[in-house]
Amino acid sequence: MSARLIWRKSLNVFMLSMTGLCALITVSALFFILGYLVYNGGKDLSWNFFTKLPAPVGETGGGMANAIIGSLKLLGLAALMGVPIGLLGGVYLAEFGGKTIPFIVRYTADLLNGVPSIVIGIFAYALVVMPMHHFSTLAGGFALGIMVIPTVIRNTESFLRDVPRTMREGAFALGANKWRMIATVVLPAASRGILTGVLLALARVAGETAPLLFTAFGNRFWSPGLNQPTSSLPVVIYTYATGPYEDWHQQAWAAGLVLLGLVLLTNILVRVFLTGGSAYERT
Amino acid sequence: MDAAFPISNSGAAAAQSASAKATVHTPAMTTTTPDAKTLRMKITKLNFYYGKNHALHNVSMDVATNKVTAMIGPSGCGKSTLLRTLNRMHETLRHTRLEGEIALDGVSILTLDVTKLRRMVGMVFQKPNPFPKSIYENVAYGLKINGHTGRLDEAVEKSLRRSALWDEVKDKLHKSAYALSGGQQQRLCIARALAVDPEVLLLDEPCSALDPVNTAKIEELLFELKPSCTMVIVTHNMQQAARVSDSTAFMLNGDLIEFSPTGTMFTTPADPRTEAYITGRFG
Repeated sequence: MSARLIWRKSLNVFMLSMTGLCALITVSALFFILGYLVYNGGKDLSWNFFTKLPAPVGETGGGMANAIIGSLKLLGLAALMGVPIGLLGGVYLAEFGGKTIPFIVRYTADLLNGVPSIVIGIFAYALVVMPMHHFSTLAGGFALGIMVIPTVIRNTESFLRDVPRTMREGAFALGANKWRMIATVVLPAASRGILTGVLLALARVAGETAPLLFTAFGNRFWSPGLNQPTSSLPVVIYTYATGPYEDWHQQAWAAGLVLLGLVLLTNILVRVFLTGGSAYERT
Repeated sequence: MDAAFPISNSGAAAAQSASAKATVHTPAMTTTTPDAKTLRMKITKLNFYYGKNHALHNVSMDVATNKVTAMIGPSGCGKSTLLRTLNRMHETLRHTRLEGEIALDGVSILTLDVTKLRRMVGMVFQKPNPFPKSIYENVAYGLKINGHTGRLDEAVEKSLRRSALWDEVKDKLHKSAYALSGGQQQRLCIARALAVDPEVLLLDEPCSALDPVNTAKIEELLFELKPSCTMVIVTHNMQQAARVSDSTAFMLNGDLIEFSPTGTMFTTPADPRTEAYITGRFG
């Protein structure tokens, strides 16, 4: 073998192992986090964790039922507020409008997507908490809802644009008007993709802590209705992990595991929806 | 000068300028003045523009009742454009302009409500475009959006029988339309168009995505429909035009060159350009 060939072969081996190593590092980051969470939080995960309120300081045991329910309520509110706005906005961008207004809306949505979540928190604080004079589930849901809008609007738009023109023409040719065509043909055709986008957007905001710090605040007890401060998983993790008690640290790990489990579950659901294939045939 | 037509200078010049082609050869149509019973649609001095592109030059032609009218010509000659003006499908595109007159049963289609017009003038497209719904729902779609009050089941069966699909799908009416083969999907699209009982059926190269066996089935279907339905078919397959149509229009670069009974057109074409095209010298 000539020296040049040896050089080329070893360079090939070197580059191949570098790319493999980087891929391994990427994957192992997730597995390391997951493993660490299971190791530290798994042993504190019990039936009580899902059903009991937090124990008073100094006592061991107790659970985070209020934080789990609080997070679900916040996400429900976020969906209730963000999804209709995002959905109809996406329909507008994909189906109506000329050039200038959609451009502005699209650009604004992308900017909104880039606004730091703490700033969204301040915004919700000024708009909801200040006039009401207290923290509430409503304010937290409002903050998360705003964060959901840009993702849903852009995702909805792109999936609607993917619906072939011929299918729209098929509806028009049968005497459907534009709104009828969108509601009965285009939206059902794109529904799977749109739902996927909604679930991913909600999974993303499920882990947001900053916008909840001074909107939903926190609560060691149940928060009935929407009008009172509420506990939530990310804020509880933040509070407990930075708290002074060893028991709290353990519970923070367990809460982290539950939160990751929720997000993972959503992602798996999305996968299941997508592997069902497209609602229409792509050609 | 357009390179698509290399036959003679005078011919090419005629194709180039809209004013020079005043002599459209329409032997049969000029001798018999069709009355309202035999004449379903009348196109008079139609000019059509995509933005600044003048796509149809002063086209006049008649569509006879319960006959098949074929439009042939090379790609980009305007035959699809002409077809799509007949149910005002061009209005779904921006920056289009139409001048001239199109009458359906003596009434200008431009004065009709567009959804009502499209119910009377149905359309079948190049690629099968069933909706992402069940077979049954596809056929019932036009009836539902037009506020059909009778028995849906019977209307669906009738349309599927008319399109010769009933025996193949009667056991799986509620399966997805995408479970059907391409040829079956195209017949389903014809059933869907027939369900609203149109007076005219427009077919835009309905067999171009199908194999010869399915093409033969569709052509057979057109024969069976002829006594009860006026049809206009665009095709780039001259044999198909010769097989299925009663009269044929030959178009070139936006001009209607010749419009004659199909037998005449394919045996003794009046225009040298028609002869050049149907003998395969260009196109």
